[in-house]
Amino acid sequence: MSAPFKVHLAGIGMFGPALAGWEQGRAVLASDAPFVPAPAPLPPAEALPPAERRRIGVPVKLSMAIGFEAIRQAGADASRLANVFSSTGGDCDNCSAILEVLATEERAVSPTRFHNSVHNAPAGYWSIATHCMAASTSLCAYDATFAAGLLNAAGQVAASGEPCLLMAYDTAYPEPLYSIRPIPHPFGVALLLTADAASGPLASLRLDLTADAPDTLTDAELEALRRSVPAARALPLLRRLARGERGRVVIDYFDDLALAIEVGA
Amino acid sequence: MLALRLSAYTVVSALGAGLDATLAALREQRSGLVRKPWETVALDTCIGEVDGLDSFALRDDLARFDCRNNRLAQMTLECDGFAAAVRAAIARHGATRVGVFLGTSTSGILSSEIAFREHERTPAQGLWATHDYRRTHNTYSVGDFVRTYFDLRGPAWVVSTACSSSAKVFADAQRMIATGLIDAAIVGGVDSLCLTTLYGFNSLQLVSHAPCRPFDAQRDGISIGEAGAFILVERADDARAGDIVMRGIGESSDAHHMSSPHPEGLGARHAMQAALDMAGLVPADIGYINLHGTATPSNDAAEDKGVSALFGTATACSSTKGHTGHTLGAAGGVEAIVCALALTHGFAPGGANTREVDPRLASHYLIENADMPGLRHTLSNSFGFGGSNASLLLSKVEDGQ
Repeated sequence: MSAPFKVHLAGIGMFGPALAGWEQGRAVLASDAPFVPAPAPLPPAEALPPAERRRIGVPVKLSMAIGFEAIRQAGADASRLANVFSSTGGDCDNCSAILEVLATEERAVSPTRFHNSVHNAPAGYWSIATHCMAASTSLCAYDATFAAGLLNAAGQVAASGEPCLLMAYDTAYPEPLYSIRPIPHPFGVALLLTADAASGPLASLRLDLTADAPDTLTDAELEALRRSVPAARALPLLRRLARGERGRVVIDYFDDLALAIEVGA
Repeated sequence: MLALRLSAYTVVSALGAGLDATLAALREQRSGLVRKPWETVALDTCIGEVDGLDSFALRDDLARFDCRNNRLAQMTLECDGFAAAVRAAIARHGATRVGVFLGTSTSGILSSEIAFREHERTPAQGLWATHDYRRTHNTYSVGDFVRTYFDLRGPAWVVSTACSSSAKVFADAQRMIATGLIDAAIVGGVDSLCLTTLYGFNSLQLVSHAPCRPFDAQRDGISIGEAGAFILVERADDARAGDIVMRGIGESSDAHHMSSPHPEGLGARHAMQAALDMAGLVPADIGYINLHGTATPSNDAAEDKGVSALFGTATACSSTKGHTGHTLGAAGGVEAIVCALALTHGFAPGGANTREVDPRLASHYLIENADMPGLRHTLSNSFGFGGSNASLLLSKVEDGQ
């Protein structure tokens, strides 16, 4: 269908229900025991100055948890690392609070809520926390947000030869938008991608577009998580990595297009 | 690094629909900013509204996408033969090999603002059943709309990095084309008036009561506008004399503050330098800089420091936000097209509304249009909340290149 291109994997971060970090996530995904999702507490965003820490919501804590985990694993320097934030809704609690205020007579929007309403707010806090002046982008493709983020980050690595950190995360709106766009659990995955095997020893990922159907998961609860949270569309890839298996995995992109990933050494 | 040809482009803003209306307004230094009521907004401010959106109808098969932002998207797609150029590109390359990478800040959030307000007045469960969040409010909505409009089957996403969004998508297209996955892409962006930005910027006390005056000694804030801008980009291998090509783009982060720029314009400077480096050019090669120039006192001061540190004080520059207002997530696309018009027609647009350039600013700010028949290279700056910076370098192809 098109020309594949290859990047390498240097670090993985993960957070979700009963998946608090890649160590726990790897054990769950490598096992055949039934998955039982249970809420997990998010670590505080300790990298931020206390004044900033007070202003942040779940998306910043979630993206920092997964981003720093991937960086620690790789021993990478966050202050020089290009990054891609991928999320279907950004800070949904904050957005909902603004919509509620705008529905009142006074429309007294809080300035902090407003500057936190930009889709790239977690990226802004990340750059402040890590003193990183490298390129950063923030994007959305509704349910296709993970594959879009992975293509974007891998494209940056291929073009620049420099590493790039992908942080894909999703959180829920409160009602009434929750019922229209239910995200049952906060979930995030970070992948630190590099241009060569020496700096990305975990695996190689050869990416291509395909019309093939995406892989599903046999465990009903894991499959439900995959289908309900855009960032969790990464689960078939993460399961392959958790089991140390090589070979082709197909993840969801759009209804008419999927992303094929050849996992190699 | 791969250069991209701007094979077709079009723009709709408060200056009018299409390239001719935009060029005429730039020639006349006409501002589209008007003090007028909009929706239910009770703020003493001027806006850059696009005419005709309230009565604009989406194509029947796209009715589910109906919201102000997608109306503006379709209105823009149908100017200047842009849709026909895209269809020709699809015929050349195939529907799977044309990407869609667009920018927006607030997408169709106005539809959720109205839904919340209606629900507050008359709580009714049925309201939420008919609210199409996915195809209106969600950040990807405009990408989904454009991809569906052309029945495309290739990669797509929407970048939302506040006011740098539709500049950064040029870099995404360049990288995706370089991987070999696609041959062409629709880039640009759409942002439309909504309560979130009008009341939000007002809460930060960043909105002027008067039409905004970038780089003016008396500047006192932004005017909010709306716009759509689309550009079809392809490999520049067979670019011909007179074509406009993107030769460089730089991206950086301030790592400083969520809503204030780095005071020395350091992140901005990094982005401009990176664009020059990619193009293999030096500051003296740039004939005109379209500034981000929002007209807030601190933004313009920081950008001026960044520009003058890199370019000195001789390079002609201006902001066209006095013409269009700040079109936020569409600004990068709009101003790329302003640069393409400047290159094509050999002139640098002077700013609108600016009467007396702030003597504390060092850059060579144009308050009159300047004829530049030999204009070869331009730079366009786009900076956003969260410290997101992009700088886009466009060039005109000369004979014999």
